[in-house]
Amino acid sequence: MSMRKAAPLAALAATALTLSACAQSDRDDSGSGGGDTDGTFTFGAAGAPEVFDPFYASDGETFRVTRQIFEGLVEVEEGSSEIGPGLAEKWEPSKDGKTWTFTLRKGVKFSDGETLDAQAVCDNFERMADQNETAQAGPAEYWAYSMEGFGKDSLYRSCEASDDQTVVLKIARATSKFPAMLSLSAFGIQSPKALEEGKANDVKKQGEGFAYPKNSENPVGTGPYTFDSYDEANKTVTLKRNDDYWGDKAKNAEIVFDIIPNESTRRQELEADSINGYDLPNPVDWKGLEDAGNQVEVRDPFNVLYVAFNPEKNPALKDLKVRQALDMAVNREQLVKSQLPEGATAASQFYPDTVEGYNKDLAVTKYDPEGAKKLLKEAGQENLKLTFAYPSEVTRPYMPNPQKIHEAIRKDFEKAGVKVEVVTKPWNGGYLDGVDNGQFDAWLLGWTGDYNSADNFIGTFFGNLKSNDFHTSATDFGSDLSKELKDADQTVDEAERTKKYEDLNKKIHDEYVPGLPISHSPPAIVVNEDVEGLVASPLTAERFSSVTVGGK
Amino acid sequence: MLRFIIRRLMQLVLVVFVLSLLLFLWLRALPGGIVSAMLGERATPETRARLTHELGLDEPIWVQYWTFLKRAVTGDFGVSNGVQPGKPAMDLLLERFPATIELSAVALVIAIGLALPLGYLAAKRRGGLLDNLSIVGSLVGVAVPVFFLAFLLRYVFAQELHWLPVSGRQEVDATRVTGFFILDGLLTREWDASWDAFKHLILPGIALASIPFSMIFRITRASVLEVLDEDYVRTAQAKGLTQRVVRGRHVMRNALLPVLTAIGLQMGGLLAGAVLTESVFNIAGIGDALRQAFTLRDYPVLQVLILAAAVTYVIVNLVVDVLYAVVDPRVRTR
Repeated sequence: MSMRKAAPLAALAATALTLSACAQSDRDDSGSGGGDTDGTFTFGAAGAPEVFDPFYASDGETFRVTRQIFEGLVEVEEGSSEIGPGLAEKWEPSKDGKTWTFTLRKGVKFSDGETLDAQAVCDNFERMADQNETAQAGPAEYWAYSMEGFGKDSLYRSCEASDDQTVVLKIARATSKFPAMLSLSAFGIQSPKALEEGKANDVKKQGEGFAYPKNSENPVGTGPYTFDSYDEANKTVTLKRNDDYWGDKAKNAEIVFDIIPNESTRRQELEADSINGYDLPNPVDWKGLEDAGNQVEVRDPFNVLYVAFNPEKNPALKDLKVRQALDMAVNREQLVKSQLPEGATAASQFYPDTVEGYNKDLAVTKYDPEGAKKLLKEAGQENLKLTFAYPSEVTRPYMPNPQKIHEAIRKDFEKAGVKVEVVTKPWNGGYLDGVDNGQFDAWLLGWTGDYNSADNFIGTFFGNLKSNDFHTSATDFGSDLSKELKDADQTVDEAERTKKYEDLNKKIHDEYVPGLPISHSPPAIVVNEDVEGLVASPLTAERFSSVTVGGK
Repeated sequence: MLRFIIRRLMQLVLVVFVLSLLLFLWLRALPGGIVSAMLGERATPETRARLTHELGLDEPIWVQYWTFLKRAVTGDFGVSNGVQPGKPAMDLLLERFPATIELSAVALVIAIGLALPLGYLAAKRRGGLLDNLSIVGSLVGVAVPVFFLAFLLRYVFAQELHWLPVSGRQEVDATRVTGFFILDGLLTREWDASWDAFKHLILPGIALASIPFSMIFRITRASVLEVLDEDYVRTAQAKGLTQRVVRGRHVMRNALLPVLTAIGLQMGGLLAGAVLTESVFNIAGIGDALRQAFTLRDYPVLQVLILAAAVTYVIVNLVVDVLYAVVDPRVRTR
């Protein structure tokens, strides 16, 4: 299940290649049914795509569309969070983990007729690395964040085409993020001709927003679908089947994304048969949707809900005993049962069990309000007061109902004798700002992984000592934790790295307690009874080319 | 007359200027902002600071306003950064306008078409069943929030009965000419497209019509009642004129004046109602964009939409005033 098995090691990668090649040819032989229907799959999207050049996007609604058009060097395997071959059939790291050699698939063409070769891939990486100041500040956010910046700060060093099929990528240091990070939709490989003609990097600031170049309206990739149109007046995005696709042709001739921001409207549209499916149905609707004959596909959870602390704002939180007391005060099992959808689990660590380094021996902290009281007394904090915040006007996959979850945890805190001052703000109306400005003592937040890597979870949370949401710089363990994370991330040997993450998770649980991991919630996707062939992805990275509608 | 209009237009410029200033300050005083809306959970203080700087949001507010003003004079209101990132706010306004106008027009037609005859009949048969029913109906129209009515209509007629579409503007493929879908269908002779667009507007149209209907109905009824009591009506009846002549020439013509004023005033209220109606029925109009822009703190779009709404409102009022001035010359000298 974990990335350990999707080994970046050469031998395993080669095996994976052989296996996948077999699987590929099997499918090719039997896949004659694909690609010959004229059906349309209509999907209810919760928001409009930001921009069709995925490199400048950062939201799931954009990636849902561009994922059907573009492919990366590596791809997340269908139905799991593991990494498998994409445009590269195999890859191999050097001993020091800083040089990665990718062998490209043969016979792949972009939908504008250009050939995919190593130079095309390198043109893409050079283009991504070479962003102007304006793009670096905002739109190229995924690169800035995953590659840790631009220029000499960046993880990215160079890309070289040693022959038509061989790409050599160099990075500044070994990292566990590689090559999983390359599966990010933002890093999908685009036609160099389209990039050049569309002056792809010409992002400009205009007033308080960014103006995008032409390329962002004309996405050209190698995927099973091509971009057809975006009808803004009618809120629809239409994709057409790429008949020259190198792999299994898409079953449906067309995908239409119907942009319907209101959730209850999406549900009614599904029930009125005007759409075939939509993402993230509200857990309270799951049963009703199923009773009405729809298929609710519950994904494996790939997220974490946590309570974060700010010891800088409330120095009482610098005391380990206080943090441990709060940890013991929360009745996670009860919370999961009463407030979270079926399939949710209580969390012992800051990431789900499918991610490398998850420590199976760690138990969920036992609910013990009396013990919590005792610890608080020992710490001299019997009258502890906390401002504890939650966001209004929003639901997140890890947090279907912030208010109710907050209420349950608040009551748990109060049972342990803590006085809680409730703070609530709209998500974009002060909540995220409040978190960033350190306005609350404690707050609810969470994270859905971008790709399968421990670093994408705990590295993001605690890695950066100077600035992180948990304000670990104000604690006595912060710099140790930051160093330990860096060390684990840079460990090339996989078994050793896994062990380091396992140990680190134990330490975070027993000795650091920088915040409280609460739960992992499964998000769902729903399609009506006519739909077949949808493979739900824990990363919500579904590819719709295998979907058929109404038996077509 | 010309001087009157010029004076009013200069007032309009002043109104827009003051409004833009207030709007600008108000938006930036709101908690939260573009930066967190754009970056979401993954914002670190460094990336936030960088983006804040890049967007010029760390400049003094007066500098920001001056920059905005200089650009706005040339018609450049900046580009959207939330509703439709990268799109000039002005283009977004122009693109969204037809949907709202179309919806408002349908709502006004429904409201006027029902309110005038009902108001007249209710007054004529004061205290009768129709009168009582209409009064209750108009009270409900005012009292029930538009969005609730919208949800109810959608549930009954779209979801349960499947008579009408749930949401959106059009399902069939159609050629776009003006952006007014019904009109486009007529222009290109794609009758199906027109009919489909019209069907999509029935439920939201009814929902949005509920408030103007109630107002117009009540004023019509009151006004007709008043006129019916006038001596000249009694005189006309005494003279033995036919009912039709009395009704048309004497009652309705005189009763309509206050009603027309009411209709003018209701136009402003339609936009407020459109915010909710368009959101419920997922219509890509001004109201829907306004709600989204507010949630996402899309300042450029909010600014252009609210200013446009204000200008429209002021112009409608100007037209009403001019008409009044034409009818009643005393207004000009006041």
